[in-house]
Formats: sequence, C-alpha cells, structure tokens
Amino acid sequence: MAEAVAPPGRRVLAWAQEYGVYAAVGVLLLFNVLFTPHFLDVANFRTQLVQVAPIVIVSLGMALVIGTQGIDLSVGSVMSLAAALVALYLGYGAWPALLVALVGGAVAGTAGGALVAYVGVQPIVATLALLVGVRGLANVLVPQLVEFRNPDLIALGSSSLSGVPVIVVIAAVLTLLMAFLVRRTTFGRQVVAIGGNRAASELSGLPVRRVLLLVYVISGVLAALAGVLATARLQASDPTSLGLFIELSAITAVVVGGTPLSGGRIRVLSTVMGALLMQLLSATLIKHNLPQSWTQIVQAVIILAAVYATRERGTR
Amino acid sequence: MSQSAAPVLEARQISKRFPGVVALDGVSLALLPGEVHALVGENGAGKSTLIKVFTGVHRPDGGELIYNGAPAAFGTPLDAQRAGISTIYQEVNLVPMMSVARNLMLGREPRGRLGVIDTARMYGEAERILAGYGVVTDVRRPLRALGMGVQQMVALARAVAIDARVVIMDEPTSSLEPREVETLFSVIRKLRDDGIAVVYVSHRLDELYEVCDRVTVLRDGRVAHTGPLAELERLKLIALMLGRDLDEVRTGGLTRFSRDRRRARERDGARPVVQAEGLTRRQVLHGVDVSVWPGEVVGLGGLLGAGRSETAKGIVGALPLDAGRVLVAGLPLRTGSTTAAIRAGVSLLPEDRKAEGIIPALSVRENIALAALPSLSRAGVVSDAKIDKVVEVFMRRLRIKAASPHQPVQELSGGNQQKVLLARWLAIRPKILLLDEPTRGIDVGAKAEVQALVDELAEEGLGVLLISSDLEELVEGADRILVLREGAVVGELSGDDVTEDKIMASIAERGAESDG
Repeated sequence: MAEAVAPPGRRVLAWAQEYGVYAAVGVLLLFNVLFTPHFLDVANFRTQLVQVAPIVIVSLGMALVIGTQGIDLSVGSVMSLAAALVALYLGYGAWPALLVALVGGAVAGTAGGALVAYVGVQPIVATLALLVGVRGLANVLVPQLVEFRNPDLIALGSSSLSGVPVIVVIAAVLTLLMAFLVRRTTFGRQVVAIGGNRAASELSGLPVRRVLLLVYVISGVLAALAGVLATARLQASDPTSLGLFIELSAITAVVVGGTPLSGGRIRVLSTVMGALLMQLLSATLIKHNLPQSWTQIVQAVIILAAVYATRERGTR
Repeated sequence: MSQSAAPVLEARQISKRFPGVVALDGVSLALLPGEVHALVGENGAGKSTLIKVFTGVHRPDGGELIYNGAPAAFGTPLDAQRAGISTIYQEVNLVPMMSVARNLMLGREPRGRLGVIDTARMYGEAERILAGYGVVTDVRRPLRALGMGVQQMVALARAVAIDARVVIMDEPTSSLEPREVETLFSVIRKLRDDGIAVVYVSHRLDELYEVCDRVTVLRDGRVAHTGPLAELERLKLIALMLGRDLDEVRTGGLTRFSRDRRRARERDGARPVVQAEGLTRRQVLHGVDVSVWPGEVVGLGGLLGAGRSETAKGIVGALPLDAGRVLVAGLPLRTGSTTAAIRAGVSLLPEDRKAEGIIPALSVRENIALAALPSLSRAGVVSDAKIDKVVEVFMRRLRIKAASPHQPVQELSGGNQQKVLLARWLAIRPKILLLDEPTRGIDVGAKAEVQALVDELAEEGLGVLLISSDLEELVEGADRILVLREGAVVGELSGDDVTEDKIMASIAERGAESDG
C-alpha cells in the first residue's frame, strides 16, 4: 500500500506521537542524572512520585472521559468533596469514611454523566456546573481546614510497602487496572468505539448512554480516591483549596500523553507518562532555581507540541 | 418574463473534480431572468456541487461562469452574495436567538445619530417587508419562536432584500406545512414576475410541475436533459433522473429462479419476520406499512427524499416516531431503541457509511466485532480467541481485502469497508437485515459480490429490506417492491410486475392530494 512509504517527516511525527512522551521523560531523567545534584537520592524520587500520584489517579479517569470526546472539569471539586466527607465521617473509622467519600465521588460522577448522557448537555458545561457546585457543597460541609489524628488514615498517606509509598502503589495498580479495562474489556472497547463514532455505535446497538454515564462515574470515583489520598498525606482536610486546578493538570497529562481530544483513542500508560513529564519538568526547573513562571511557559510549549503531533495524525 | 433573453447567470462547460470523483463534467446551464429553473438529479448527480460553484463555495476546475454578461470568479460565498446571488438552504441559516427584525436587517440596520441602531425604524421596516410576503408577525420576537415556514420566508425576504438577481433554493419545502408551501409558491411567482431568476431544487415532482418553467436534469455530473418542464412527461423526467431509457427497459430479469422459490416459501411462512405498521413522523413518514417474510428480499423504491431511509431507521429505532409500531416475529418491539431492535434481530446497514457505519480509527477486527462484543466475551472481558475466529471467518467469507485484521478500517476501499460492516451484522446472526444503498460508492467487483451475498443470505432464510436508487439492482435483487413517495407507500409490485418501468410509473403517478 502507498501508506507504507510515508515521507520521513511524517514518519518522525508519527513516531513522536507514539513514543514522544517516553522519549521526553527519558531525556529529562538523563539531564537530571548528569546535572542535578542529589537527583538520584531515594528521598527525592519518593517525593516526586508521592506528589504526582493524585494527579495520575485523576488523569486515568480524565483519559477515559476524553476518549468519549468528553471532558470532566469537576475532578478537583470532587476531590475537595471527598476531603470534606472523610473529615465528617472519620468518627466511624478510616475505612467507612473512605467508602463514604468514594460514594460521594460516584454520586457527583452520576450527576455529570446523567446530564451528558441522558439530558444531552455538553460535557464542558455539565462538568463546569459541578466544578462550581460541588466545591461549594464541600465548603458548606467543612468550612475550614480540619486537622485529624486518625492513625489508619495517616498511615494511608505516609506508610510504605517495601520502600514504596502506599499512594504510589495504589496509583500504579490503578494504572494497570485502567489499561486492562480499556484494552481487554467489552466496556473499554465500547468506550473507544463511542468516542470514535457515536452515531455508528448507536446504530450498532451499543448501550451508548449507559457507557457514557459509567465513564463519568469512574472519573468521579477516581477523583474522590485521589482526594482522600491527598488528604491523608496532608493529615488535614482542606476542602477550600484541595484539588484546585487539578483538572488542568489532568487534561495536560492526557493531551501530552497523545490521547486526542477528538476521542476514539485512549492511551493509559502514556497518560501516566504525561503526568510524570510535567512533574519532572517543574521539579527540574525548580532545582535549577528558575522561577515558577518559566515552568509554566515551558509547560505551555510542551502542550502545544503534543497537540500539534496529535492533530497531524488525525487530519490525515 | 418578457425581459431580455440574455441569461443572467450562465455556466459554460463547468468541470469540478474531487479526489477520486468527477463531480461535474462539462456542465452548461443558462439561467434566464424571470424564470424558475428546476434543478433535479439523484444523489451524487452533482446538484450541490453546481450550486456551490454558483455561490462561490467551490471554484470550477474547468469552464467558466458568466454573470450579467461578464466572466465571474467568486472567491468566497460573500462575493457571490454581494454580486446578487442568494442561496436559501434546507436548514435556514439565520440567527435563531435574534429577533425577526434583526435577522432580516442584519448588516444593514437603519442607523440613527452616533451610529446607534434605530430600532423603531428597523421594526417598522421589517414589518413592511414581511407584509409584502404575506407574513404578519411580531418582528420583535426571536426568530426561533416562529414556525419553520415563517423562518424560511424571513430567509427569503432577506435574500431578496439584498438586491438578489438570482435566488437558489435547495429543498425549500422539506420542512414546510402545505399552507406554508402555498405562500412560498406565491412568493416565488412574485420573484419571477420581478425578473429574478430562481433555481429550484426539489425531489417533489408535484411541486416542480406547479412552480417551475424549465428543468435541467443532472446525472453523474453531466447534463442529462434541459428544456421546458411542461413539455416533459413525468415518466420521462424520472427515467432521465434515474438514467433509464424508457424504450430500453425490458420486463423480466435473468435471476428469476430463486425468486419463485422464495415466494413459495413466503406463502408457507406463518408470519413475517418484521411487520411495521403505520410508521409516522411529522413531515417525513405518513403511515408506512412494511412486512418482510423470512427468506424474502423486499425492495423500497422511490426518489430521494421519499422516506426510504427514514422507514429503515424507523424500524430499527434510530428515528423517533410519532406513531406506529414494529413487530418482530410477532412480538412488539420497544420503539426508539436500536439496542432493543438489534437484540430482537433487526440490523441496519446505514446509507452513510462514513458517518454512521465505520469507526474510522479502529481496526478491521474491532469494527467487525463491535456489535457482537457481548457474545465474544466472558464476564465482560473480551476473548481474543473468539474474536479472531469470527473475524477470520468473515474476512474469508466476504473476501475482505486488508493488509491485516489490525489495519485501521479507514485505510480500506469503500467496497471493503462495506463488507466490514456487513460482517459486523452477520456476526450477530440477525433475523432481518435492512440494507440502505449497500452498493453505493463501491467498485463494480465488490458490488457484484455484495449483491450475490444478499441473494445467498435470503436463500438461507434471512429477511432483507433493500433500499437502492439503482433500479436495476432493485429489480434484480428484490422479490417484492414497495414504492414510496413523500413518506407514504404508493404502490406494491410483486412477481412479474417487478420491472423498472412499473416502478417508474408508480413513482410518477400524480400525487392524489385531496384539498379540502
């Protein structure tokens, strides 16, 4: 076929889209090993991974939503709701509180998903409403920062499994689960098909609305879990500022990972790489004493580059 | 009418090619001032391309456009509009949230001092203009609050008000009530008397004969006929549109043997596999009844816009219905749910393969397995072994040509994409297949293969509803044919009556409108 002999420029671009994130992470790691003092310290690695874990968990849900041509702006607020619920129900013990928080996330996700799937509201509008409303609700439940001393919850945020922080283990396990869900399950394949062509999926008898609803529920539950983990690490519930702007970090991770915003394709591992890349980038620039504003500018460049690579492929 | 005979707009040997298709091939058309010119043709004939050349959306690859006696090259639609060529599309393209008056006067509002819009004058002027079209309404209301007919009239008034010399109307009556159609026609006649040239695109023959003076028939990008409409028999017009020569049409086909056998089975069969009763949808379907027996191929005939695709979509639950019900093997089907229809064994191969059929970025394998996924998985986890087996079976049986099952389906030819979609349906073993233009846009070889497959499936006892604009395909493939016109069944042909000219005669019958 004619496709086989693509011009070199196009091949480079296709390669960059497929493996660009991995290469970028590799280059940045190498740079740090060579030029950043104490970079190889175990403590440094731990800090970086613990910091990025909640973003990774939220991004997994975001990738699923974006795969359906949707977007979920409510994730940060759902995190704050989870933080508030945990603080309220901690009296019953850490695990019941965690369960309540996850149910809260599921309810928020159901609300967003129902608006999108059954009412037909555009995802950006539906989840924007939740972004505002859910944080308001969280602030009503817990108006100011509440510290806690529950040992189980604190352990969730700070203990380690054979040297690896529990938060990081959870994020890694969820990544594998999500990859399995997308690649190997009926649900995952249906999500991708709906994102690829909704009309065709409907005519093929896929339960389009149910799948869409479930996608937002999953995103909500993952955001709630991220909220609980972040709260556990902080050892305080802070609904006012927890998860602020995390939706932007999550969308960035998904986009930089090469998942097209036009749907029909979900790259789970690359999304995690996207989150790691952004984390590593800001850490690198901070270590080299560059101001925060520089980090933001570099991040913008990377986002544009990623979008450019994805776009070229899509319009072929 | 009695003005100069020089054409106001003339296309001379216009050609337009798109990758892989010649949309227009040396098309010439002269538009006289003060005439209503019908432009007709089936899908893909080149009507919309020609209109887009007239309105500056497309630039012709060859030939020239003469406007007011001088060569014209419109760079953009705005250029054409400024020069006096206005288009009114099927869907009114105005601003629904703005008031009627604002829409009417958009871009040329009367201004007072300081350049502020003089609203009082604007409303007055708008009311006066609309009254000229027989529309009396509160021009302060937002446009969307009005009926489609009034919206269309506002669009028309706006087009004429910006000094149009040529007005192009693309299916203007498709969303109008009969009363509104009458108003529209009187406006069209008024335009004609004012010396404006009107291009009228429609598939409703009654309307064409009522309002048009001349007709140009396009077929496969060429002019098949042009001349006064009144002198042209309806049957002849349909023959021209469908590319049939009346004298050449012979009764009978070559593939009769299987048909007789199937008809015998139909009589024995206890009940139809699908029975649709009174399918109704405002403006589109008016009580369509269709039954298909197992092993029978039922053809739906009719012109574009007659409601054939809508009937199929109504049966499968993809088109919301106002009334009517569908029975599958005697059991009523929940309407409005494609999932329920597919579970009951009714599958639709849609007309628009790209928009409603394939999932372009997914592989051949995933496209085939899509509908059958639940049965190809265990506890929600897909089984690669099962999928591979099904995909292999159907790729071989339908002779799907792909580099590998993992090739993205968008890289395949149209014919192979169509086979992938057929495989998707066959993989779930339907009781009845609704095929909407199954061979459109695919090469001759694949076409023959698809036709043979349809025959074979019917032999195996599958019910098939076949929609095709290709009369030959319909006659050869179908055991029985229902002819639709304007959303209603107007004829049923079976046995020796299944011939091309009987179908055309049925389409051509004058609409028996009972005006009360």
